Amino acid sequence: MTPGAALAVRGLHKRYADVVAVDGLDLEVLHGECFGLLGPNGAGKTTTIEICEGLLAPDSGDVEVLGRRWSTHERELRHLLGIQLQETQLADKLTVRETVRLFRSFYHRGRDPADVIALVQLGEKARSRVGTLSGGQKQRLALACALVGDPQLLFLDEPTTGLDPQARRQLWDLIGDLRAGGRTIVLTTHYMEEAERLCDRVAIVDHGRAIALGTPRELVQSLGAEHVVEFALGDGVAVAPGTLEAIRGVQSVRANEGTWALTVAELHLAVPAILAELERRGATLSELRTHSATLEDVFVSLTGRHLREEA
Amino acid sequence: MSATASPASAVSERRGFRERPLVRLVMVRFLEFWREPEAVFWVFIFPILLAAGLGIAFRERPPEAVKVGVLVSDPASGALSDAIARDPRLEVVPLDDSAGMHALRTGRIALFAIPRAARTVEYRYDDTRPDARTARLLVDDAVQRAAGREDVATVRERRVREPGARYIDFVVPGLLAMNLMGSGIWGVGFTIVEARRRKLLKRLIATPMSRAQYLASFILSRLAMLVLEVGGFLAFGIFVFGVPARGSFGTIVLVALTSALAFSAIGLLVASRVRTIEGASGLMNLVMLPMWIFSGVFFSASNFPDAAQPVIQALPLTAAADALRATLLEGASVVALAPELGILAAWLSVSFVSALALFRWR
Repeated sequence: MTPGAALAVRGLHKRYADVVAVDGLDLEVLHGECFGLLGPNGAGKTTTIEICEGLLAPDSGDVEVLGRRWSTHERELRHLLGIQLQETQLADKLTVRETVRLFRSFYHRGRDPADVIALVQLGEKARSRVGTLSGGQKQRLALACALVGDPQLLFLDEPTTGLDPQARRQLWDLIGDLRAGGRTIVLTTHYMEEAERLCDRVAIVDHGRAIALGTPRELVQSLGAEHVVEFALGDGVAVAPGTLEAIRGVQSVRANEGTWALTVAELHLAVPAILAELERRGATLSELRTHSATLEDVFVSLTGRHLREEA
Repeated sequence: MSATASPASAVSERRGFRERPLVRLVMVRFLEFWREPEAVFWVFIFPILLAAGLGIAFRERPPEAVKVGVLVSDPASGALSDAIARDPRLEVVPLDDSAGMHALRTGRIALFAIPRAARTVEYRYDDTRPDARTARLLVDDAVQRAAGREDVATVRERRVREPGARYIDFVVPGLLAMNLMGSGIWGVGFTIVEARRRKLLKRLIATPMSRAQYLASFILSRLAMLVLEVGGFLAFGIFVFGVPARGSFGTIVLVALTSALAFSAIGLLVASRVRTIEGASGLMNLVMLPMWIFSGVFFSASNFPDAAQPVIQALPLTAAADALRATLLEGASVVALAPELGILAAWLSVSFVSALALFRWR
């Protein structure tokens, strides 16, 4: 492992009664980096992050957080970490200020509650009851509770799940500011946009294993093609995948229920060639789309499934 | 040294008393309670309404005349009625045979008197009923006097009706103990189960918060409420119903305090593993029901068989009700209350330690 890694996980295994949640996972997070665990629901992301947070015990494997282990340094570690859990509902009857002040009281050293409330843009809501906040405001309050102890390492478990696009973007800006400020962050998400936008490095997790690791850019480049062409054919004309793969610039071809997805390197050359080939076969298009390749496409090319599908 | 996102926000270490975790936790408990109007009603208002109702139902009245049925269809019944009616403690109800038997069965009369042959009267009554036995003695006295019996011994009477011996005096300390039990077990139990259900407990143990302090905050926050809960209720009993408060102020406070802490600790224990409100509700009723029945809130626990007494006396509600009664009504000292206080202290410590060990935080 790299000396001084903020988080090092090796050979992690965790099984529940009838499911293997984490199946031999390795991770390493460096100081000052924002690291993402990207994967579909049920991939084992939450189990992994909760083991790192010392809330669950692994069946086997080794976890080192800020150079310490949970078995020997739990009290010390609790003071050094900021944690946001996926499902916490804070007390409805307390105000924003009372809630942050309570969390501040648990830490030996930390930040002024009013400063943290201002940082997450809840200054105007400081005297409002938690029960009256919107979903996005509640998530920002949870972030404030995670930040008030001035953590060396911040864990965020699905920080924007269930939020509307505007609230999500607001939270992204906040996390982006924290990252720019040099704070070490580990977050889980099943939104590829979130991982692409926020994370320095991403581990793609599926069935309890990390199946790919790198910067979002590296992962997309690993496809060997920067664009995706998707089309659907109007009638039942059969097209052999091999004929499409032979076209210059086409890296891979995937057909799924009448919809075709091709990863393509040189869009300006490949698209006219693909269209010409289809026309030659007598096929008519009912749909045609192209987009720049994303982490979603990386996940699809690795697993044959989409991120949003149940694992 | 950590990298801080916003340089404008200073990291500080110094904190005052008010920012200590235990103080904040107790404060939060208190705020949450006050912001729940229903809880405030059940803890403070309801017991006073209950005491008022019982006080009115069992208020002091002049002793009522005992109703005695006399058979009307007999020629001798006129003389018998006159003899009985001469005693002001008795009231004659003229009835025929079937109406008389019906009145007796339904408890409208305590005894049915039927004249038989010369100088013979038949009493029909249920000898297991105290009022029927009283009626038997009074009626027989009246009948024998009318027939010419003379008293041979001289007796003198002095009637004693003292505050402290009435039903309301018995029931006020009992209700106070019951209220301490209810608000302790319900108040603590539901709050914890709700926090567990909302995954708030899991979030809290992800901080450096001390688990013992979290649990202690529930018990300590009861102290603040105790002043109002006990003070308001006792003031009502004392000023409205004239219930005596013979024990010293310190003793009453000590007994109320120990009881409240013991019941809060039991509340913690009851809530230590339950995940749902429904489960908690059932378990709390299971814990409290035997005490409602056996601990002598509404009638003396000594009515239960001797064999059951060791168990009944060890129940925290019995100890709390007995100790409150002894100090309020008899002015018992702390030393005299040592057994009850000991039982309560044992419940407090055993429950708190078990709760801490068994507690499910997620």
